[in-house]
Amino acid sequence: MPRYSFVLNKQPVTVEAPADMPLLWVLRDVLGVTGPKYGCGIGVCRACTSHMDGSEIQPCVVPVADCAGRRVTTIEGLADGDRLHPVQKAWLECDVAQCGFCQPGQIMAAVALLDRTPQPTDDDIDRIENVCRCGTYPRIREAIRKASADVASAPVARE
Amino acid sequence: MDPIRPLPRPADGEASGPSRTAPDPPRRRAVVKAVTAATLTLCVPTGVGTASRAAAAVATGPAGTQGPSRAIVTGTDAEKLVLEVTAANKVVVRLPRVEVGQGITTAVAMMIAEELDARLADVVVPLADARPELPGQYTGGSSSVRSLYDPARYLAATARARLVNAAARRWHLPARTLRTRDTTVVAPDGRTATFGSLTEAAARIRTPRRATPKPARLHRIIGHPATRIDAQDLVTGRAKYTGDLSVAGAKPTLVARPPTLLGSPVSVDDSAARAMPGVLAVVRTSHGVAVVAETFHHAFQARDALRITWAPGPLGALSDKHIRARLRDAVPSLGAPPRGSVQVTGEFEFAFVSHAPMEVLTAVADVRAGRAEIWFSSQTPVFAQEEIASAVGLPAAAVRVHVVRGGGSFGRRLTCEAAVEAARISKAARLPVKLMWSRSDDIRHGRMRPASHHRIRASLAGGKVVAFAHRVAEVGESSEGARATTRSLSAIAAGPAGAAATAAGDEGLYAFGALSVRSGGVGLPIPVGAWRAVSSGTMRTAEEIVVDEIARRLGEDPVAFRCATLTSRAAVRVLGKVAAAGHWGRPLPAGVAQGVAVHEEYGSCVACLAEIDASDPRHPRVRRVVMAADVGTVVNPRGLQAQLMGTAIDGISTVLSAGLHIDRGAVREESFTDFRYARQRHSPTHFEAHVMPSHRSPGGAGELGVPAAAGAVANAYARATGTRPRRFPVDF
Repeated sequence: MPRYSFVLNKQPVTVEAPADMPLLWVLRDVLGVTGPKYGCGIGVCRACTSHMDGSEIQPCVVPVADCAGRRVTTIEGLADGDRLHPVQKAWLECDVAQCGFCQPGQIMAAVALLDRTPQPTDDDIDRIENVCRCGTYPRIREAIRKASADVASAPVARE
Repeated sequence: MDPIRPLPRPADGEASGPSRTAPDPPRRRAVVKAVTAATLTLCVPTGVGTASRAAAAVATGPAGTQGPSRAIVTGTDAEKLVLEVTAANKVVVRLPRVEVGQGITTAVAMMIAEELDARLADVVVPLADARPELPGQYTGGSSSVRSLYDPARYLAATARARLVNAAARRWHLPARTLRTRDTTVVAPDGRTATFGSLTEAAARIRTPRRATPKPARLHRIIGHPATRIDAQDLVTGRAKYTGDLSVAGAKPTLVARPPTLLGSPVSVDDSAARAMPGVLAVVRTSHGVAVVAETFHHAFQARDALRITWAPGPLGALSDKHIRARLRDAVPSLGAPPRGSVQVTGEFEFAFVSHAPMEVLTAVADVRAGRAEIWFSSQTPVFAQEEIASAVGLPAAAVRVHVVRGGGSFGRRLTCEAAVEAARISKAARLPVKLMWSRSDDIRHGRMRPASHHRIRASLAGGKVVAFAHRVAEVGESSEGARATTRSLSAIAAGPAGAAATAAGDEGLYAFGALSVRSGGVGLPIPVGAWRAVSSGTMRTAEEIVVDEIARRLGEDPVAFRCATLTSRAAVRVLGKVAAAGHWGRPLPAGVAQGVAVHEEYGSCVACLAEIDASDPRHPRVRRVVMAADVGTVVNPRGLQAQLMGTAIDGISTVLSAGLHIDRGAVREESFTDFRYARQRHSPTHFEAHVMPSHRSPGGAGELGVPAAAGAVANAYARATGTRPRRFPVDF
């Protein structure tokens, strides 16, 4: 079986897996990284949303072969040790989560949006496709606005 | 509690599905008793009505049998909640409920922290395993806060009294001079002792007189907004759902399911699948073929390599148009209207709706000779224990059911088909398995809110409503579709006390004269289930649309008309609140309009104002939602607002876009691409929820908002488009 090396949450990892194995199952079933969730397997619910080289991906539709040599970040790798990412902090302050199952993906999508667009408009936020079946969307919007304002008012050097 | 009229009585035991309201949980005096600590068992008077006569008794139990040693452990009879104060100064309450996002663990932690004067962060609320001795181990019917509010507070108050007594003895001070705060007892001279340091001594103290909870005016936690106790775990990915557990070496498992509902395999060629790498077992199930593999990737690949010929399910070629016609024919007759009255009528259809929780059904099962252990998210774990035991041929006592946090439910986890299926597969494959339903399995083969047909007639005379009649027919699950479930779904959804299928004495929500409701049913082999708010989600939505149409016929404003005809002052107040806060009647451009609706149930009431932009009628967008709820005493206002927010999105989704089609015996939809639950771009950019102050005992809240939100969205849509919406979802 082929071997693939990539950086996962700042740690180098090497896995032996079929080339077409989706990153989601490599993360969950091989590496035991369970923050990214299965919600549909076809990239539409986006519960698994994570980052590759800083951009949003849906690991359920990304084959592991495409990750070789890349930098993958899941929800587990977002905080800096015990220091939460500003988006995670905003999520806590707005008490966004209900069941929480989609929230790792929601947070990773919000981080990707704010990295691209530090001052998002409502239309920008509307483009987040992640499904939340509990219907936390208004608090997600509020938390994104808050994180955007917090980062703008207290700029910190981030990677 | 007071829908516009009495509940429909199902035409037969199966036909109408679960009752709309779960029974109001009995309000018991929570009596603290029954201790099972290793070294000590304390009993205080127990049972309803026995508090005054039973004497305190002390018995020494065998050491090391159950529970942690020498910690204070108390439990209440009504709920058999057990509270433990650990030496590490944590307060642990094993909750006989499931957390699926509704925030019950946070609400209970708040009740406990309030009465103990503990820090909220020191209260830990793990979910209890199935405990067959607990009749109340049931999560549903918006009953959890109502059923736990008294027991949890009496329990904690008693624990606090014992801790204070232990400190009093240690310090040789009168107990009444001691105070408690921050999980600590404080002496007048400033000395402190943590609860953890007192727990061993407290466990040895004879129970003091029954402690009573604080009066509400002293509440510092209950009634104040709190962030969920699990929020940190939820935003860091640490929260574990069933699929995230690595227990028992359970192997990823999927089931190949038929193209039609309840179809079954006729012939199976599994040679290619078995030859694939990573495949551990292939097992026939009642309606499919299971594959157990090393990873879910291997399981998906092997599942797709199975060559199966399927027999169609019992629905045959039945499609929506047939089901809709049968429902229409099954609606009971309205009869003759009152003489001389003028009629406002409406006929409404609602499609099937998937629960589609984000976490698909998942269960870990480890079935061995003589015992079984199951992990899954269950609203009815005791019922599940019996079902699993019977499915694998074990006594119930040999089956351990661990209740796991769920990724949403909305009623979906009332039944336990995935756990039963996982147990059967584990037994047949002789392997511990982690069974996951794929999203397609969930939507095409899962349970759904039944389709329904409604005929409503309001009879007007002398400028008011003199009679209001609602006739409904709903799809019910006929026995061909009954699967492994031996008890009727209505009994499961209604909870341990049984279905309260009628409320004939209830006064109507509106003073509409003679109220009548009758229901019919169409039994079909379709897996239906209780969906958040159950029948109110359709019945009350349709009624609120008719209320708007009555107001229009009478030339009255929808808010003013409701205020004049609502029979409950609390309902008038919540409606007045949303009308004021939502600026009812403000000038809006063409194609944009507001709508309101009211609902009352579970001892609570709610109003919703929705503002919709339908200037492009094909893509209506609800822009603003304002809700107000009176649920009696509120434990966590922030949690209540979250629940209302969720129901607003449910209302938007079910009215505008989310439904399931049946095509020739199969569900057409298969994921969130075509089951169009709202996304961010469909949700309001402005949402506010007002919590009305109240000193009444708590009412229910989790499902409350659905009919009001759906009704308000439908009424706003009608006003914005100048149409009379009759079939839901509108865009389907």
